[in-house]
Amino acid sequence: MNLKATLRLAVGALLRNKVRSLLTMLGIVIGVAAVIVTVAIGTGARISVQSSIDSLGSNLIVVQPGSVTQSGARTGNGGASTLTVDDGLAIAKLPGVASVSPIVTVRTQVVAGNANWQTTVTGVAPTYTFIRSWPVASGRFLRESDVDSAAKVAVLGQTVVQQLFPGGASPIGATVIVKGTPFTVIGTLAPLGQSGLGQDQDDTVLVPYTSAMERLAGVTTVNGLMVSATSAETIDAAQTELTQLLEQRHRIVPPQTDDFQVRNLQSIAQAASQTGAVMELLLAGVAAVSLIVGGIGIMNIMMVSVTERTREIGLRMAVGARGATILRQFLTESIVLATVGGLAGVVIGALATVAVSLLARWPTSIPPGWMFGAVAFAALVGIFFGYYPAQRAAQLSPIEALRFE
Amino acid sequence: MTPVVTVRDLRKVYALDSSEVVALAGVDLTLERGEFVAVMGPSGSGKSTFMQIVGLLDRPSSGSYEFEGQDAAHLSADCRADIRSRRLGFVFQAYNLLPRTSAIENVELPMVYAGVDETRRRQIALQKMELVGVAHLAQHKPNQMSGGQQQRIAIARSLVNDPGLILADEPTGALDTKTSAAVMEILTRLNREQGISIMLVTHEPDVAAYARRVVTFRDGRIVGDSINAERAA
Repeated sequence: MNLKATLRLAVGALLRNKVRSLLTMLGIVIGVAAVIVTVAIGTGARISVQSSIDSLGSNLIVVQPGSVTQSGARTGNGGASTLTVDDGLAIAKLPGVASVSPIVTVRTQVVAGNANWQTTVTGVAPTYTFIRSWPVASGRFLRESDVDSAAKVAVLGQTVVQQLFPGGASPIGATVIVKGTPFTVIGTLAPLGQSGLGQDQDDTVLVPYTSAMERLAGVTTVNGLMVSATSAETIDAAQTELTQLLEQRHRIVPPQTDDFQVRNLQSIAQAASQTGAVMELLLAGVAAVSLIVGGIGIMNIMMVSVTERTREIGLRMAVGARGATILRQFLTESIVLATVGGLAGVVIGALATVAVSLLARWPTSIPPGWMFGAVAFAALVGIFFGYYPAQRAAQLSPIEALRFE
Repeated sequence: MTPVVTVRDLRKVYALDSSEVVALAGVDLTLERGEFVAVMGPSGSGKSTFMQIVGLLDRPSSGSYEFEGQDAAHLSADCRADIRSRRLGFVFQAYNLLPRTSAIENVELPMVYAGVDETRRRQIALQKMELVGVAHLAQHKPNQMSGGQQQRIAIARSLVNDPGLILADEPTGALDTKTSAAVMEILTRLNREQGISIMLVTHEPDVAAYARRVVTFRDGRIVGDSINAERAA
């Protein structure tokens, strides 16, 4: 019997019990649909985390103060106040480093006319827009001369523009009052949206770091240094050199611990995508278990089918079917069941994915490999769980099968 | 001409738990081409076992069996299946048609396993159905037909591979007297006009009376082998 005839026979037998075939398939359909949906959501989340991390600048290295011990008590990270502008200037001279900006943050109320808004005022260097790849929307950004003179100028993020100048009038040239000091608005930043962690990055006011240190915070140290490596490839080397330089400058010798922390977003991105991949695998594993449960359903119904059709098997053998032909016939039935179920599962999974991304506004993406993989796995489930019942059918004795009531 | 069936000292012993049941205790029989033989005997006489071995559905414990001149006692299951599909036709008491399958597809079934192509299958099936007078039922399903019609479909099915031998196991067991007679007339006609060898297993003397030769089994042996003078003419 050729493949076409075997297939037609299998489909015919399955269509004879439509409801039963559908119910049996359902296990596989649900399993495959679950695989597709979980993988689509997982992949979508991973891609969006990756792209938001990329938007921060993948060459970015962040230096933050570490922990120090004061009278026996250890402060947490950020507790040390040892990171200085001079550290930043020294780092800028390293070969793998493109540019550096000190970060001085002050959380405070900002007032413009009769509007006010609490936001984060950040003291930065003119290199900041380059490091963050964050373009200016209107006006201009800070200049070296603004830093040198600790000028009272500010560049506003889009959220702050909306809160302080709701009329839509251009804020450029207007005055905002930060901690009693009037700053002139010289520019606005392009909208950047949420960070990977859900923070509104546009809710910020940028001022020269000198102004922030002298006029707003009254400090001589910085909250952090943002360093841009010359390329993504040199980032690890730059980070090592930078760490050595700071240890030297801060006179840290083992066993003392560093009073600063160096992190790059590359490693954060990797950690994030690894977590995502683990979650995805876990979910896919759960879905695979449901596929196997579906396979057991197929095995069960095939056993019933073999018993029910014992006389038919006996007759087929009597008129000349070999055991192998009978085996192939039943195996084909379970493979058709599982594969059709798999295909239906992919279609339903894809529809559910579209529904999820439309209703819950989640980013989703179905990798095509998973679609083929899911159908192929379903077919394998059909072979694996169909083999035993098919084998039972093939090993029936024609005499006993013919006599079966 | 080579006989269709040559059986010498055929024995079949079933192991049942610890005891042994002797179903056939040494049977010798030769069936010539074109013969119509009825195998009779009470239940448990071994006639069914004999038919299963002759029909290559089972293997003898010992003894020799030649089917159309070839050793058939020591064949593998696959070889027996191949001979069944090409050289043997079966007619059963319970018709054994595939349910929910049209009559013509039922008739075609043996040819599917013998590897005959589709157009030719259809053609032969219709031809054999005409021969037994059921061509008009081609598209009917078994549950839409009477017992007699179903048995005729089954006879058509046994004919499609131009078998060397048709084995009919109680073919009239489920039919009323009138229909039985009609079915037996068909078998007789096939034997007379087409020269097809038939081995018929029955316990009804009036059914056996259609055959030209009657072999009687008792306790696993042949106890009678006679020519039916009335039919032999």
